Amino acid sequence: MSDTTLKPPELSLGEKLWHIHWLFVALLCLTAAVGAAMLYSAAGGSVEPWASRHVVRFAVGLLVLIVVALIDIRLWFRYAYILFALSVVLLAAVEVAGTIGMGARRWIDLGYFTLQPSELVKVAMILALARYFHGASIDDVRRIGFLLVPVALVGAPVALVLRQPDLGTGLMLVMASTALFFAAGVRIWKFVAVGLVALGAMPVAWQFMHEYQKNRVLTFLNPESDPLGAGYHIIQSKIALGSGGMFGKGFLGGTQGHLSFLPEMQTDFIFTMLAEEFGLFGGLALLGLYSLLLIYGFAISMRCRSQFGRLMGIGVTSTFFLYVFINIAMVMGVIPVVGVPLPLISYGGTAMMTLLIGFGLLMSVWVHRDVMIGRRGGDEV
Amino acid sequence: MLAGGKMVLVSALVGRMYYLQVVEAERYRTLADENRINLRLLPPLRGRIIDRFGIPMADNHQNYRLLLIAEDARDVNLTLDALGRIIPIGDGERRRVLRDIGRNRSFVPVTIRENLNWEEVARIEVNTPDLPGIMIDVGQSRFYPYGMDAAHVLGYVAAVSPKETTGDPLLELPGFRIGKAGIEKIHDLALRGSGGSSQVEVNAFGRMIRELSRREGQPGAEVRLTLDLELQRMVGQRLDGESASAVVLDIHSGDVLAMASAPSYDPNAFNTGLSTEEWQAVATNPRGPLTNKAIAGHYAPGSTFKMIVLLAALEKGVISPTAQVFCSGKMELGDAKFHCWRKGGHGLVDAKRGIVESCDVYFYEVARRTGIDRIAAMARKFGLGAPLGLDLPGEGDGLVPTRKWKRKAMNAPWHKGETLITGIGQGYILATPLQLAVMTAKLVNGGVSVTPRVTGDSVGNQIGAVGVADRVESIGVAPQNLKLIRDAMTEVVNSPVGTAFRSRIRESGFAMGGKTGTVQVRRITKAERDEGIRKNKDLPWEQRDHAMFVGFAPVHAPRYAVSVVVEHGGGGSSTAAPIGRDILLEAQRRRSAEPVPLAVNGSDTATRGGQSEKKRG
Repeated sequence: MSDTTLKPPELSLGEKLWHIHWLFVALLCLTAAVGAAMLYSAAGGSVEPWASRHVVRFAVGLLVLIVVALIDIRLWFRYAYILFALSVVLLAAVEVAGTIGMGARRWIDLGYFTLQPSELVKVAMILALARYFHGASIDDVRRIGFLLVPVALVGAPVALVLRQPDLGTGLMLVMASTALFFAAGVRIWKFVAVGLVALGAMPVAWQFMHEYQKNRVLTFLNPESDPLGAGYHIIQSKIALGSGGMFGKGFLGGTQGHLSFLPEMQTDFIFTMLAEEFGLFGGLALLGLYSLLLIYGFAISMRCRSQFGRLMGIGVTSTFFLYVFINIAMVMGVIPVVGVPLPLISYGGTAMMTLLIGFGLLMSVWVHRDVMIGRRGGDEV
Repeated sequence: MLAGGKMVLVSALVGRMYYLQVVEAERYRTLADENRINLRLLPPLRGRIIDRFGIPMADNHQNYRLLLIAEDARDVNLTLDALGRIIPIGDGERRRVLRDIGRNRSFVPVTIRENLNWEEVARIEVNTPDLPGIMIDVGQSRFYPYGMDAAHVLGYVAAVSPKETTGDPLLELPGFRIGKAGIEKIHDLALRGSGGSSQVEVNAFGRMIRELSRREGQPGAEVRLTLDLELQRMVGQRLDGESASAVVLDIHSGDVLAMASAPSYDPNAFNTGLSTEEWQAVATNPRGPLTNKAIAGHYAPGSTFKMIVLLAALEKGVISPTAQVFCSGKMELGDAKFHCWRKGGHGLVDAKRGIVESCDVYFYEVARRTGIDRIAAMARKFGLGAPLGLDLPGEGDGLVPTRKWKRKAMNAPWHKGETLITGIGQGYILATPLQLAVMTAKLVNGGVSVTPRVTGDSVGNQIGAVGVADRVESIGVAPQNLKLIRDAMTEVVNSPVGTAFRSRIRESGFAMGGKTGTVQVRRITKAERDEGIRKNKDLPWEQRDHAMFVGFAPVHAPRYAVSVVVEHGGGGSSTAAPIGRDILLEAQRRRSAEPVPLAVNGSDTATRGGQSEKKRG
């Protein structure tokens, strides 16, 4: 409509680059460096096979982050639904053409690399929800009917992910979207109601769970019941953590990890290894680093003038938080074993790419913090 | 609010971390060490058992074991096929090997066979290039160089059964052996030594990464026996073919110079493991090869008991040495008739003749006059009726009946007739061959106590160093009475009318004294007696009489005592006395400082052969 006055000036590419939150990026680099060091240790003091590839992937991911950050936030807004639809289609395609690995069908083999659509959908869902709630009034949000559409938006990918089956990603999608719903202004009692219904549905869900998923839950409830079987991971992980003590056994000095008592130490259980080698202080330091990232993430979100940007920032930060929390809680035996990596530290390309794209969006939010987005995506207010 | 919630959750993680890493740190550190450090036991070398001159009777020899490491074999089946062309491998053996491989991780060696002989080892070594994964390992295993010859004293070792575990981790080592009988059992702890240990760091699959520390164990103590190996072997071989036992004692020190029980068994077989059939054959053999009859066999002592009866009477003054008793061939007491072994009777018999010719009627009368309780007291003085405290497992008590004993055991009064029967060493009375040997030793050593032993006191890392002085303690019997007994026993063997005259030792200076005994194992009915007693050799084996002999040598200065019991062997003089003679002769030759005259002048030959074949005693 009308090009009116109060709009801030468009930024040039150079200016945008300058506006990227470089301190935040530096914290990301630091975290990834910790990851590389731990992977070096996990390989028994060798950059091969993990640490080197970890660094390369992070470097590539960092470039992607910058590119994503420089793309105009309005473009993300415009294509939010399309990207979401695309990722859901890919998710469905996994059902047909996916590769089976680790007892589940999660990957699409694209020749050079394998694509895990369940990771993409995490970002796409944030985009879609942020767009949906963008410009919604308090009255809108109070209407149950208004909430049916986003619930459906969340439900579709969750259903597909659970079919793979991937309980961890499914839960993460639900929890990330819950955070978004909450940030959009949905009342708490509605979450409580949904939670109660879910609780009631649990016995039903139990029927549909795979044997290994049931085992994981049972094992979580009592890991010592089967010390050599399903509970082995958790027990060994707790032993490693506990034996690390206050200051740890020293870099490369962890016995549990290096003598193969720790399973999957380069991926899901890398925090255990860190805590074994660097003790409580090392663990706290990493948690502090993550907390800084979280605080900056929320600060950036809050600073954004558009509801879309704000919600997107909160969505990305929440997803990041979920990765951190679920992984660390899991290795400490607080929650059941779910295959969630430790962000920027665990070895694995897909999760890192998802996170860096997510952080790219967060940077985009920061760079475009003063850009106004109209109710339907235009410049209109 | 959202951010706040997350901070709360992060704090929860911090709290959990604090709990695990600080509060519970000690527990988890221990667990981590338990995870990674494996204590490997190093089995100690089992102590040797040597004879009194230091010759090893139980030793350790190299045990070549054939091992297969599945990881190193490209194809386990191919390797086994190749191996099968060198040494035959049965189907069952192959299945067991494959099963063991399946159960263990691929780097764990699996035993294919133990105790390979040198030729097999050589053939396998030569073909090593064609046998990937095959390894020959040398361990130590128990070996008894003289096999059956001292099996009952030495005992044997075998795998630990679950019941025998005591918490000593050594016992849980695969392939560990413990003593199951004899010296191996009674001195098992000392022979075993203590295990060393090696702390090794292992990974989650149990593969050894490195050795952290090593503590060498203490090898087992050496046990020195009182046995004289050469004499022992001679005795064992002399008894071969019979169901018999013999004990040779040094009458002063109580040292058991030889102790054998026949039939014997090969203790080496237990070490390598018996098949079920082999075990059944040994365990169910009616002649009891596993029992050490010398200490666990109970026999009525028969006429060998007559010395005790006579001594009891002489000591109490019940009868004088010269008092005569008339033997008509039988004695009547109430309605019962008690027969002498010589149907026609001996006529007038005094003390010495009673022993020399073993007249039963004389001893019926002596026993009747002495009474059972006084006989029993004398028997106990001479070591009968109670275990002697020999350091071997399974020593029997024997039995010396008294009135009190009968009332208690059978709740019945003692009968006079039973005293008579006891007077000739039959009835309830029971003794082990060891007890008979000790009894004989006390009769001829001047009446001092004797404690038999197969090992002495421990000195340093050796048990049973020989040469520790014994305290001399008189048993309180008049010397003149003992001399009478000794003279009588000398005549039993060396007088033409003696029951063992045919078994005398003709080599000068080696002459022995002794007493024969023939013990009924069944009742002779009146009908049988009327028909004429059947000859022993016409009876089934298990109904034949036991043959006994106790003896000592040399007569002029006694040094050795022997007891021989041949189960169902017939007559004491025909079967047991010749064995006793051979043993005593060999014992003296072994110890004699002077060169042994091989042949003696035929001075005694004139009196040879004047004795009847069958002597009942």
